[in-house]
Amino acid sequence: MLGYALRRLLGVIPTFLLIVAAAFFLMRAAPGGPFDAEQTLPPEIEANLQAAYGLDQPVTVQFGRYLAGLAHGDLGPSFRMKDFTVAELIGRGLPVTFGIGAAALLLALAVGIPLGLLAGLKQNGWADHAVMSIALAGIAIPNFVVAPVLALLFGLYLGWLPVAGWEAGSLRHMVLPVVTLALPLVAYLARLTRGSLLEVLQSPFIRTARAKGLDPDVILRRHALKPTLLPVVSFLGPAAAALLTGSLVVEQVFGLPGVGRYFVQGAVNRDYTLVMGMVVFYASLILALNLLVDLVYGWLDPRIRHD
Amino acid sequence: MAGSTLASVMTDDGLWIDARRRLLGNRAAVAAAVLVLLLVLAALLGPLVSPYELDQVDWTLSPLTSPPSLDNGHWFGTDSNGRDLFVRVWAGTQVSLLVALLATAVSVVIGVAWGATAGYLGGRVDGWMMRVVDVLYALPYMFFVIILTVVFGRSLWLIFLAIGAVGWLTMARIVRGQALALRQREFVAAAVTLGLPAHRIIARHIVPNVLGTVVVYATLTVPQVILFESFLSFLGLGVQEPLTSLGRLVAEGALEMETAPWQLLAPSAVLAALLLALNFLGDGLRDALDPRQG
Amino acid sequence: MGCVTPSIRGRADVANDALLAIRDLSVEFATPRGVVRAVRDVSLEVRRGECLAIVGESGSGKSQLLLGSFGLLAARGSARGSARFAGEELLGSDQAPLRAVRGTRVAMVFQDPMNSLTPHLTIGRQLAEVVLDRRLLDPQQARARSIEVLRAVRMPEPEARVRQYPHELSGGQRQRAAIAMALMTNPDLLVADEPTTALDVTVQAQVIDVLREARDGGLSLVLITHDLGVVAGIADRVAVMYAGRIVELAPVRELFASPAHPYTAALLASVPRLDTPVAARLASIEGQPPRPGEERPGCAFAPRCPGAFERCGAVAPQLRHDGARSVACHAPLADSGAAS
Repeated sequence: MLGYALRRLLGVIPTFLLIVAAAFFLMRAAPGGPFDAEQTLPPEIEANLQAAYGLDQPVTVQFGRYLAGLAHGDLGPSFRMKDFTVAELIGRGLPVTFGIGAAALLLALAVGIPLGLLAGLKQNGWADHAVMSIALAGIAIPNFVVAPVLALLFGLYLGWLPVAGWEAGSLRHMVLPVVTLALPLVAYLARLTRGSLLEVLQSPFIRTARAKGLDPDVILRRHALKPTLLPVVSFLGPAAAALLTGSLVVEQVFGLPGVGRYFVQGAVNRDYTLVMGMVVFYASLILALNLLVDLVYGWLDPRIRHD
Repeated sequence: MAGSTLASVMTDDGLWIDARRRLLGNRAAVAAAVLVLLLVLAALLGPLVSPYELDQVDWTLSPLTSPPSLDNGHWFGTDSNGRDLFVRVWAGTQVSLLVALLATAVSVVIGVAWGATAGYLGGRVDGWMMRVVDVLYALPYMFFVIILTVVFGRSLWLIFLAIGAVGWLTMARIVRGQALALRQREFVAAAVTLGLPAHRIIARHIVPNVLGTVVVYATLTVPQVILFESFLSFLGLGVQEPLTSLGRLVAEGALEMETAPWQLLAPSAVLAALLLALNFLGDGLRDALDPRQG
Repeated sequence: MGCVTPSIRGRADVANDALLAIRDLSVEFATPRGVVRAVRDVSLEVRRGECLAIVGESGSGKSQLLLGSFGLLAARGSARGSARFAGEELLGSDQAPLRAVRGTRVAMVFQDPMNSLTPHLTIGRQLAEVVLDRRLLDPQQARARSIEVLRAVRMPEPEARVRQYPHELSGGQRQRAAIAMALMTNPDLLVADEPTTALDVTVQAQVIDVLREARDGGLSLVLITHDLGVVAGIADRVAVMYAGRIVELAPVRELFASPAHPYTAALLASVPRLDTPVAARLASIEGQPPRPGEERPGCAFAPRCPGAFERCGAVAPQLRHDGARSVACHAPLADSGAAS
């Protein structure tokens, strides 16, 4: 198990460096500098600004300095929002994004997995078809369509929930964003769980369990459930990535002051350091989550645990 | 003639006949296919049928944005600038479909080339090529595309490329799997014995035999691409004025939804219908081809 | 071995000495291309204390016959007819009593030792679960019994094994663990479906030894296999199946010495022997067995039978009994003593 963990960890590092390098050099390759959008500056001032931001050094030196900064958690200053560093912005937005994301993930697991199990157990029955069709709709319809429509329905017409906005600690403001974010995940988990269950039920060891005359509930719980859920665990890595992507839209539509909204604003405003920093941040987060999922999977599957 | 003995081996006839029967028996998939056709027709004919032009502002309305009505010919209503929504929605659909087709084409070309080469060559080359795919697969593409739009501006070509770059990974994996299997077959061995160079074997023998599967997965890629493009447009990073796409229209509609909900609902309904139908159809195609019924 | 469940061995009131009596059993599968009949009107008996071998190629229906009798068919399968175990009808009965029989009085061992044991449960857990669930033993007794049966199947280091997972055992050890698991409740009947097919030859011999010992201890055994060599070492009677039907049934010595059905003769001829000259070609049966679902009038083996004549293609031969032997053929082989 230890060997497995170390190998995974070592695999992550090059990927991370690759991402940072790719993002960095892409940024530097941009035509025009970060200040082009402003009114044209006299050359001396521009030179000073370049020096201040370290842009007058050779590119490789800049990269080295950036990496060094990363090691200290310094992602550089925001080019557009002059009073903030990127790290500060991330710090402000993180609790919101994380709160919504974690809630959405838990909701999706709590709803999606049981639905998938139900559909699998009642295969080809009406419950199965119903769950699968709704799940397909959940996957197909993009969250940026669902979000405003839900806001319209529950916020404006029914008036049950606030349409947008955020108040720290207010549960009501969390409901719509969390549900919108969770929906595609619920759909995916239901389909995944169902497929996995059906496959497991065909396994030879389930036939052995049936031949032993065990109670069907016991067979499901004791023999089928764990292998069924293993692919779900594997899915959590990409699920986290999907949640992050989804948060971009959800925060935009509901006006939540999270990391995603800063990112989109940075992209629209061509705020290079902000966008770069966000990418580095997201990438590390996703890599870390994937690594964590791999480790949990390894621990759960006794075949790998004893490696 | 060597060519005739190596004539393209059609994949097992029985497989395709069975697949077609399964597909036609799947009522949801058939209904979805019909819906897709209707939407495409609407997209092409809609702007022609309406009395209004794409950018034409209807100054007779006050306020400029008005709800759908049959009398004044604004069947979906107008947007905040007084432009007819019916025309805009279908024009936007055209753009979304066009981008989808072109980007899918890009991803098919790259994916097939990559996958066929990796699968046919096998061994270490295959290992490395697929490792690249795995690494790229793990990255959330969204973020890179966003960087690209920040860096290179928002040209339509960039969008094709960026979105095409998303879909090729899955295509490469699938094609590679098929190529690996095809490698073992006699007609490939015959081609090798005849001394044909690798790239010709890949082009003449491997690729034609994976086309069937490619078509199925291309159909599944199209809704993904539409989704991606709409997402970018929604965030303001995709298609720019004077062009419009469904994603943009939804974004614009969302801003006005409290006062003019039709601006949101019309493009949302069309986009949702299109994506749903394509997904059901793709699902049906994949089920039809994969005999492993649950 | 100790007595876990009351055994019916020695019960004088069991009629006919037949532990398992299958009558006119048919197994069908519903596929998109139509109904496939895997087993066609088969009647068979398994007697107390005997080892009955069921021999046939893949697709002959030999596995489905037993799976169908005990309600273990896959979702699309259905069984018709009658299968009585110790006098009780199994087909169409309620789930719970059927499961009780399956758990305690009949045990099955399957072909695929690599995948027939649940990967995330320890050997001990899997061995003990039936006796614990049904409260036949308390945990301590269950553990002791587990070690006892593992010893009986000659598993090295049984105390260590109970705490191990299936993937920590070799293929042969897993199969023996599966047999041990089957013996936990001291069943009356053990059905072994191709238990040695996936194993090395040397390991095969060990597994067959284990089964033989169990049989010698009074256990009734049904051995399903396509390997005639295995049959010779352990069976008392042999049933030969082809295309869903029994074509011959005989005591083992007589089957090997003078087969009555042309298919049996061909099977025996195709087994390579040590004294066959090296240069000689391996005998094989020409043609292919019918695909599942293929229906044709007359005898299913006729297209491949050297002795086939007109009647064979028109009328399906019935299984005819003559003393201890039965054969379904319009022209059984002359020296078998089962002339038509």
